Amino acid sequence: MATTADNFAPAAEATHDDHHDHKPSFFARWFMSTNHKDIGSLYLMFAIVAGIIGGAMSGVMRLELAEPGIQYLWWFAGSDPADIAAAGHMWNVFITGHGLIMVFFMVMPAMIGGFGNWFVPLMIGAPDMAFPRMNNISFWLTVVGFLSLLFSLFVPGNSIGNGAGVGWTVYAPLSTTGAPGPAVDFAIFSLHLAGAGSILGATNFITTIFNMRAPGMTLHKMPLFVWSVLVTAFLLLLALPVLAAAITMLLTDRNFGTTFFDPAGGGDPVLYQHLFWFFGHPEVYIMILPGFGMISQIIATFSRKPVFGYLGMAYAMVAIGVVGFIVWAHHMYTVGLDVNTKMYFTAATMVIAVPTGVKIFSWIATMWGGSMEFKSPMVWALGFIFLFTVGGVTGVVLANGGIDDNLHDTYYVVAHFHYVLSMGAVFSMFAGFYYWFPKMSGRMHSELLSHLHFWVFFVGVNVIFFPQHFLGMNGMPRRYPDYPEAFAFWNQVSSFGYVIMAASMLIFFANLAYAFLAGKKAANNPWGEGATTLEWTLTSPPPYHQFETLPVIEDHHDYHDHRPVTA
Amino acid sequence: MVAATFSSDTDRKNAKTGALAIIGALAMLGMGYAAVPLYDLFCRVTGFGGTTQVATEAQANAAASFAATRDISIRFDASLSRDMPWEFAPTQSTDTVRIGQRDIATYIAKNESSEPITGTATFNVEPWQAGVYFHKIQCFCFTEQTLQPGEEVTMPVLYYIDPAILEDDTIADVEQITLSYTFHRAKEPVASALERSNSSSDQAS
Repeated sequence: MATTADNFAPAAEATHDDHHDHKPSFFARWFMSTNHKDIGSLYLMFAIVAGIIGGAMSGVMRLELAEPGIQYLWWFAGSDPADIAAAGHMWNVFITGHGLIMVFFMVMPAMIGGFGNWFVPLMIGAPDMAFPRMNNISFWLTVVGFLSLLFSLFVPGNSIGNGAGVGWTVYAPLSTTGAPGPAVDFAIFSLHLAGAGSILGATNFITTIFNMRAPGMTLHKMPLFVWSVLVTAFLLLLALPVLAAAITMLLTDRNFGTTFFDPAGGGDPVLYQHLFWFFGHPEVYIMILPGFGMISQIIATFSRKPVFGYLGMAYAMVAIGVVGFIVWAHHMYTVGLDVNTKMYFTAATMVIAVPTGVKIFSWIATMWGGSMEFKSPMVWALGFIFLFTVGGVTGVVLANGGIDDNLHDTYYVVAHFHYVLSMGAVFSMFAGFYYWFPKMSGRMHSELLSHLHFWVFFVGVNVIFFPQHFLGMNGMPRRYPDYPEAFAFWNQVSSFGYVIMAASMLIFFANLAYAFLAGKKAANNPWGEGATTLEWTLTSPPPYHQFETLPVIEDHHDYHDHRPVTA
Repeated sequence: MVAATFSSDTDRKNAKTGALAIIGALAMLGMGYAAVPLYDLFCRVTGFGGTTQVATEAQANAAASFAATRDISIRFDASLSRDMPWEFAPTQSTDTVRIGQRDIATYIAKNESSEPITGTATFNVEPWQAGVYFHKIQCFCFTEQTLQPGEEVTMPVLYYIDPAILEDDTIADVEQITLSYTFHRAKEPVASALERSNSSSDQAS
């Protein structure tokens, strides 16, 4: 507290809070929570659980793909080993479950629900979110959505077996006439619930960021993480309802005889793809933008420098969000677009590399000449920059309509989007987690274990996904449980990589256990003078209710340093 | 300002911003549904995805007066959706027509099943950029066709290729256009369709 003694007097607030800090009983606190920090913690715990389940599914997939032939799937299907169709359906169910869980129930809840809820109010100096009860509804809608998806695994998907085997894209006609069982209805319903939760969450963030900023905290003084969540919230608000419309049409096509996507009644299955990707492309930015925000905070903190090109960084995210809405058909180059359409979507897609490049180079420029310190969040952030750039480069390759004719639906695409998500988004989440864990829990994690986690994870995910570029270039298609002998070597390497990655997760959980059982008490600001945003002026963990007296951002504060003047 | 706290004024502002955001989300939901007729309109106007055009007699006569000296080959393709127990084939596999002049092609359909079946044909052309120049004056695909058990019919398509095709660089080197039809069972209530697909999958297993 010694560093903070301006007109905002957090010490006085702490004593003030002491007799206000009595928390509700266990049930009321965790099940009826309206506190942004508790809801953030709930989201993070939920995302970890969902991540374990979704990660286990990919483990089954890598196990099956380790060798040519079908060895294990029939066991999960509970079928006869000779029943190839049942094994194939089981495979489809796993890829669907893995995709949906990782996108909707791991990355989104962690990034937006978890870190967003925890740190947006703290960083803008607000006592809580604008609509605390709606915040609670958002969380529980997500949980119920997840349960609906898990439930779908145990009811029939089609005449072959249980579960929805339609891919995370749920393309018609596979998802309409191709999978008549109730599992697909439950999977679609789970997207409705998670989507409704996210739309309400987005409304909450937009309102909070627009109306609840502390006095003097102008939009152009907001931390970049808050900017990233603001842009993400707009993307959610505009993209998710389109998905909701598309999957509602799927439901009525399936159950009530409409023909939105059925040519027999004048519909068009390609329309579903347009609607899906009009949502789906902004969705990939929804998954990465909050990561961009976190990386900006972390790079600046551990370089002890203001982030390079603050306004450029903020508006690069806005530009990515805007352009992200007009590039969707690059996911559909092979459906029969004419040359001019492909030309437009190729050019528009490439344009996104410009604001993304602005961000990458600004992060590097932030580090340039900085007093760098390689603490655990920083190494994860550096890993993020490197691996996200690799994924971005393969993205520029795939953006070409002509090249995509060859690479579409191959493992090259799988490698590309795992580099930007399973490495980009996930590295940024681990970076954010290690950055803010001391603030959230009040305990320090082990730097040694964090670094070990980083290196093992880094090696693991690269061994998994780099060979998949080779497989894709050589023509191995996605979404099959089997492959010709020629692809065996790199698939085996890829599966070894999974084992390495899984080992790194054990280190992560050991680190968590260490922090809670034996971790040192975290100081208010464990990261030193580079950590200049408002959350570091509070205790670790912050009081149950913070900023009952609002902090004031004075004229001498720029975007970079929001701390009160030292006495 | 030091002791600033949020007031009921903030609550009012929050309610307003929140309501605007929800309205925005609902508007996008509406846009999602509006995409259905808009996409249909877009395809028909631009010939997107090989959607062919519908022309009147008068337009056909006007086009004929601009008839070019160049010929183009048309290939005819026919297919059936999986649950359609018909036979369906063109009577001629290709035809050479003068660009701008109208031509008639015929297809033969036969109901192989023991029940009357109503079919509806979807259509497009390949390459896709030809869709906007492919005009149909009359087509069996404009209406539903009902065939009695064992009935066989010959169905005409009256069409012409718009002479404007000669001025389009993106299609200048195209020497053959494929006109494709797929017959579907006209949409029936879902319950009976499900029953049929269940019974057929039972047979398969």
